[in-house]
Amino acid sequence: MTAAPSSNLQALRDQIRRLEGHADRRRTVLPFGVPDIDRRLPGGGLALSALHEVAGGGNDALNTAAAARFAAGIAARTKGQVLWIVSTPDLFAPALQQAGLPASRVLFVEAGSDRDVLACFEEGLRHPGLGAVVAEVGRLTMTASRRLQLAAESGGGIGLALRRWRRQTDAADFGQPTASTTRWRVSLLPSVPLPVAGVGESRWLLELIRTRSGESADFEVETRDGQAELRIAGDRNGHTDETADRVPLAAALGHRPPAARIGRRRASA
Amino acid sequence: MLAANRTARRSGVTTGMPVAKAQALVPGLAVQDAHPDEDRAALERLALWLQQRVSPIVAVDASGGAADGLVLDTTGADHLHGGEAVMLRDLVRRLLGAGITARAAVADTLGAAYAVARVTPGTAIVVPPGGSATALADLPVATLRLPAAIVSGLQDLGLTRVRDLAAAPRAPLVLRFGEIVTRRLDQAYGRSDEPILPVRPVDPVAVSRNFAEPIAAAETIARYIGKLVPPLCTGLEERGLGARRLDLLLHRVDSAVQAVRVALARPVRDPKHVLRLLCEQIETIDPGFGVERMELVAVLAEPIGPRQAVSSLIEEPEADLSGLIDTLANRLGGAALYRVVPVESDVPERSVRRVPPLEPVSDARWPADWPRPTRLLARPEPIETMAMLPDHPPVFFVWRGIRRKVRCADGPERVFGEWWRGDTELTTARDYFRVEDTSGERFWIYRAGDGEHGETGSQRWFLHGLFA
Repeated sequence: MTAAPSSNLQALRDQIRRLEGHADRRRTVLPFGVPDIDRRLPGGGLALSALHEVAGGGNDALNTAAAARFAAGIAARTKGQVLWIVSTPDLFAPALQQAGLPASRVLFVEAGSDRDVLACFEEGLRHPGLGAVVAEVGRLTMTASRRLQLAAESGGGIGLALRRWRRQTDAADFGQPTASTTRWRVSLLPSVPLPVAGVGESRWLLELIRTRSGESADFEVETRDGQAELRIAGDRNGHTDETADRVPLAAALGHRPPAARIGRRRASA
Repeated sequence: MLAANRTARRSGVTTGMPVAKAQALVPGLAVQDAHPDEDRAALERLALWLQQRVSPIVAVDASGGAADGLVLDTTGADHLHGGEAVMLRDLVRRLLGAGITARAAVADTLGAAYAVARVTPGTAIVVPPGGSATALADLPVATLRLPAAIVSGLQDLGLTRVRDLAAAPRAPLVLRFGEIVTRRLDQAYGRSDEPILPVRPVDPVAVSRNFAEPIAAAETIARYIGKLVPPLCTGLEERGLGARRLDLLLHRVDSAVQAVRVALARPVRDPKHVLRLLCEQIETIDPGFGVERMELVAVLAEPIGPRQAVSSLIEEPEADLSGLIDTLANRLGGAALYRVVPVESDVPERSVRRVPPLEPVSDARWPADWPRPTRLLARPEPIETMAMLPDHPPVFFVWRGIRRKVRCADGPERVFGEWWRGDTELTTARDYFRVEDTSGERFWIYRAGDGEHGETGSQRWFLHGLFA
């Protein structure tokens, strides 16, 4: 999976992994299904049994609408139940369903303070039966994130810390180092204008700010509402809307005016 | 006349009035004989009911003379109900549902709660911690649970308010009226303790242990909880039951009782699980000078029915989340955990409903064709806009002080009021638009009304959600 040119490099990696104490565990990953993104991630996807961080960029740092949808897409591709710990109860479940995560799979927990959120987060990560645990958390210290990372390694699910701050000034906290395996920032970009009136597919700037044993990268992705399929622009011919719910998470690399969908969009307008 | 209902009171009948006078006041007045013993028995039944549902320590309150109320020690139990205010409102509402008009108050001390519940207007009052003295100051001295003779004696001296009594010199008061005056005053202000002797449920599954020497250390308490849990689970197993609510009562040497209550999502008799939940609550226990007796009671138990085991040959076994749900619910309260199910309604905020986490899941889905925002604001926020009537999206809008120019928009999606809910929604309509501003942020905004007819709404604009 990894682009390891020589066997020497692989041997060294194995040695490091043994030193880290993960020798007995087969590290599994959750691929995005978009080769351009998966290629940048060690192992070819997001590491399972690990902690990942997602934050919104710009104004979305407080609202985390795009970041929540991105997290929902990742959670949707895991198996089993998803624990979603919210700090403010404004998550709209129909939107999660549109991101591929049906309501029957999500257990919501409402925790007021960061302290409660972190305690529940850790509790959820230790549970072996969950597919993913998503937590909306503001401040995340190195100590707290290390605890969460250890908890995630002992459990089976993927941990997604959805960073959500109360004030814009607190968002500078995202610069502080944490023990998470990857760190993502999702910012909204203006959509490509349609030839007719209407809103085009939403575009995100997906920044992989940090990844353990990998390099950071930027992606420009497109998502579409009511759909959950992951595909690269230009590879659209083989897919129809009926297969939409089969492979969850909405993100398509690159951009192209969705000419085929204009008629339907206007009909729903 | 010992008691009068609201209609009687409105006609001028008051308690303490001779029956003949009341009958003269209201011709045809329905008078019934008092049955203090039956009242007390009924209160005790009610106390048991509350013990199963609200708090482990419940007693019939006869400290004011007659048995005319219930007293609950809610320390360590209110978090299961979502806070004190919610707990009280819920309690009063449930009693009302059972045909009982109740007034409830929470305060630091029994005396303060007694007085506030009986005099202060309102049916569910929460006196904040440390606020007992302020709450009591203006109340009449009669609320201090003193005999009627003493109350009238105090009034003769001009001591009508609790504040006056608290400021008066104590020695002459004790000399004239006996020590009960200062004792009640101290109990109300929290200067002396007042233990509550709780009612005992009928034939519960319970185990207890006495200690030769009082124990206080958290580790010691944990060790003895570990010794109490297995016999309790064996007792439950013998009866084919599982616990839904468990109370750990710690009798302290100063005769106060500390209680820890644990609620479970489904009937459980697994010692490991029970032990873990109880041990998590140890930090909430105040052992004082030491605990001399520990008691573990399964207050609410339900039969455990057999369940179909899922074979891995047929389907993937579902992970059992009840353990996790119990742990989280005992930390944050039962209301903090929920699942969301679809409701057939076009009004966005009504299209979701919260259900308890272990409710059987249905396959119902929301319609997938309509774009819905990731974040839906708890209440729509008014925005200033400029828009062409009747069905154009705004050109710009101002939300939270920031002016945003609309680059493109989709809509309108018209949502009509649900006429079957009431007359106010007979004609209302909302026009929803999805708009994108110049920076690429997407919002869900609506106009209350169809833009043409005044009866459909105020025609003002609101922001309701944020898209990804």
